[in-house]
Parts: sequence; structure tokens; C-alpha cells
Amino acid sequence: MVRVTHWLTVIAFFALLISGMEIVISHPRFYWGEVGNVNTQPAFVIPIPSSRGSVPTGYKFEMPDENGWSRYLHFEAAWLLVLTGFVYALYSMGSGHFRRDLLPARGERSWRDYRDVLGKTLRREKPDAAEARSYNAVQRATYLVVIFGLVPFVIWTGLAMSPAFTAAMPLTVEALGGRQTARTLHFFVSWALVLFVVVHVTMISMAGFRSRMRAMVTGRTAGREDA
Amino acid sequence: MKPLTRRRFVTAGIAATAGVAGVAVADRLARRYGLLPPDDGGIYGPGETLTYAAQRILGRHALAREFPRSMISASPFLNPVAPPTDAFKQSQANGFSDWRLAVDGMVAHPGSFSVADLKTMARCSQITEVACEEGWSYIAEWIGTPVHDVLREVGVHPQARYVAYFSIEHDWWDSMDMGDALHPQTLLTWGMNDGDLPVGFGGPLRMRVPRQLGYKNVKYITRLTVTDSMKGIRNGLGSAAPGGGYSWYAGI
Repeated sequence: MVRVTHWLTVIAFFALLISGMEIVISHPRFYWGEVGNVNTQPAFVIPIPSSRGSVPTGYKFEMPDENGWSRYLHFEAAWLLVLTGFVYALYSMGSGHFRRDLLPARGERSWRDYRDVLGKTLRREKPDAAEARSYNAVQRATYLVVIFGLVPFVIWTGLAMSPAFTAAMPLTVEALGGRQTARTLHFFVSWALVLFVVVHVTMISMAGFRSRMRAMVTGRTAGREDA
Repeated sequence: MKPLTRRRFVTAGIAATAGVAGVAVADRLARRYGLLPPDDGGIYGPGETLTYAAQRILGRHALAREFPRSMISASPFLNPVAPPTDAFKQSQANGFSDWRLAVDGMVAHPGSFSVADLKTMARCSQITEVACEEGWSYIAEWIGTPVHDVLREVGVHPQARYVAYFSIEHDWWDSMDMGDALHPQTLLTWGMNDGDLPVGFGGPLRMRVPRQLGYKNVKYITRLTVTDSMKGIRNGLGSAAPGGGYSWYAGI
């Protein structure tokens, strides 16, 4: 179940990333506060051409407008992410995956443990047999932050841009400081998640891409059965 | 992977059956309570349906956020539209005194209203945010007549489910369910920031649906059609937007 939800999340993530970038291209300007448009001062501007002629970018060139299918895909993939997330959360609480594999193990909760793991990784020491089968302290902390921090926050900031959702729950956007702030934070958190994926895939490559992929697809690791 | 035991096989079978039955029951419930949007088909249909149904369950009567007067945008962004057609320019030359809003379809007394007629009916104002699907937004005061009051005037049949609204400009139209049509903040807008509604912002008459994104706020409205199904109207998808990929329901 953990593996199925992992790969569904991968599909949702890339669909959200690609469609999200297409949506940003239609207005590559970001603002703080409640409102923002081409007549107001942006917080920052991404120096790319826009897919809409009404945005002054300094380029004479207009990108192809792909917002239509991008928006349909973005919201459908968001549902996939949310529903998969619910299944994963319920399963990992119920099955003990959360307690056993993700919560920092007893006696591994001090700063020294984190420093040791980082040092070992940077020196590229081979993990011993027990370490190879379970997540280390840094992995546990990172996965917890991503699963229970960044992903819920990216969903929250996304919902805070919905006019119907904020009508029903105005505090969700007011607590953030306004609609445009929600949009800007949504953008930042998305890149934090991209950074996580880049590091995650890099670490897998260092550990042996083929064997790790086989483990995550079939559940088999060399010499041990693991469902 | 564990070997496929009889127990696992039976468990998986029960789960699959429950899943299929669950989807079938959800579909019937969604139909009964009007939770299916007109663009519920195709590969993006499930996402659209979940979004629309979730919003209708979450806050059918919720009010869009309103803002203090001090937050009205000093220079709201005027989203350019295609150059107006001759029919529009002619009415503009007459100061829009001949502008008519026709109301037809499933109503007891089909009728037509001038902007002056609308102004003698209920007057409502709201300070709400226009949010475009591109990402930008601004806040303005919108003044107009609630669609609700116009519909009461013509008498809506009880089986009505949607109100379609059409611009004088070709192929610019949209529709909303009765939840939004009867919503107190859904306005046929003729004023903005204590003046007449400027042409650039949709004057003389613009549909304002503040619980949905900007593109549902069609400019230059000349006709409302009340109906129980969007199937027979133009492309059958509830608005011009799904043709270009934009969802019919834009409350997100």
C-alpha cells in the first residue's frame, strides 16, 4: 500500500508541477498581500515571456497559451494527491508504518545523531546491514516534514486561492495574509518540494538506482522479503 | 511480495466490489442532489465533478469575502477584450438607453428589462475581489441588481437548474447553477466604485459571480435563459469555456 500510494503521488506530483508551471507562465509576477496585478508593484518577477499579451514582460514574444488543459489537469491531479494522501495516512497510522519507519527511533533524537548521519553520508560510508533496511534519522525527519508539513501546506495555500473555498472558510486565506501571499507561498513551497525530489532521486542514485527502484516497485530487497 | 493466499484473494475481491459499488452509489447520490457539472465527461470529468460536488457540500450558501472601502484597488486592472461589434457601438452611441436584458426559458413571464428598469429594482453593492485564473486580482465596489430579484420578477419554474447568460459579443456566454443564480451576491452589475460601470469593465451590464473566478463574470449581458439542462444550449457544456479547456465551475 505504501508503494502504490508512492507511485500515485509521483504521477500527481509531475502532473501538478508541469501544469503549475504552465499556469505561472500566464502571469509570471508575484505579489504580497491581498491583491496584485500589472498595475501594482510586484514582489518579484520571473524573467520569462508570458503566455498572455496583457502582461508586460519586456519580451515581444508570447508563449503558447496552455492554461486550459493545465487547469483541468492541475485540479484533477490535486484530487489524486489529496485522496492518495488520505489513504496513505490512514494506512500508515493503522499498519504501524508511521510509528515504526517514520517517527525518529528512540535514542536517535539528538543533534549528534543527525550530525553522524550527515557525516557518514558525506564520507560515503557503506551503511551496515541494519541501517540499509531502515530509514536513518535524517531520512525520517525529512519524510515527516515533507509528508506532514510541505504537502499539507501546498494544499492549504492552493485552497486559499479558491474563491468558493475562501467564501466558506475565510480564515484559511486571512491567516496567510491575503490571496496573493497565498499564491506566492504556493510557488515557494512547490519549489521546496521540487528540491526534495531532486535530493531524493540523487540519494537513490547514489544508493544504487536499479536495486532501489526494484525495491520500491516490487517490495523485494536483496536477501529479504518485504511487503 | 507476499504469495497470493486465499485470504488475500478474498480480501482483495471484497475491497474491489466495495469500491465499484461505492462509485455507483456516489454517482446516483450526485445525480439526485445535482452535484454533477455539465462538463462531467472526458478525462478531466472526475476532477471537475469532485471539485464542484465538494464546494456545493462545503458551502452552498457561503458568502464571498467582502473588504473594507479602504482596500478598493486604486488602479484596477482593465482586462482587454476584443474590439466591440457594431451592435455594441450603436447602443453605446445612444448612451445605452436602448440596452435590453431579455429573460426567457423556464419562466412564467418572459420579459425584457432596460438598465433603467433594473436600477428601479433592488440595489445591492459589495466590495469584493475579482480573481483571474491567470493569477492577478483587484478589489472594487460593484453595484447592481441581484439576479435573484430579476428571476423573482419573471417567476422561475421549480424544475429550473441553471441560468445561462449571454453577451452581446459573439460566442461569449456562460451559465451557473441555481445555487449561484439565487445567491445574494450574484449581481447584474451596472455600477462600479460609486459611478456607472465603465465599458472596459463590462458596462453597461456585467454578470458578477464573486464566488467564482473572473472568467465567469461575462461582460455586456443581453440575455438570461433559465433551463433544467445545459444539453440543448450551444455546445452543451454549460459555457464557452470548456471548449478551450476551462472548467464550467470556476469556484475551484
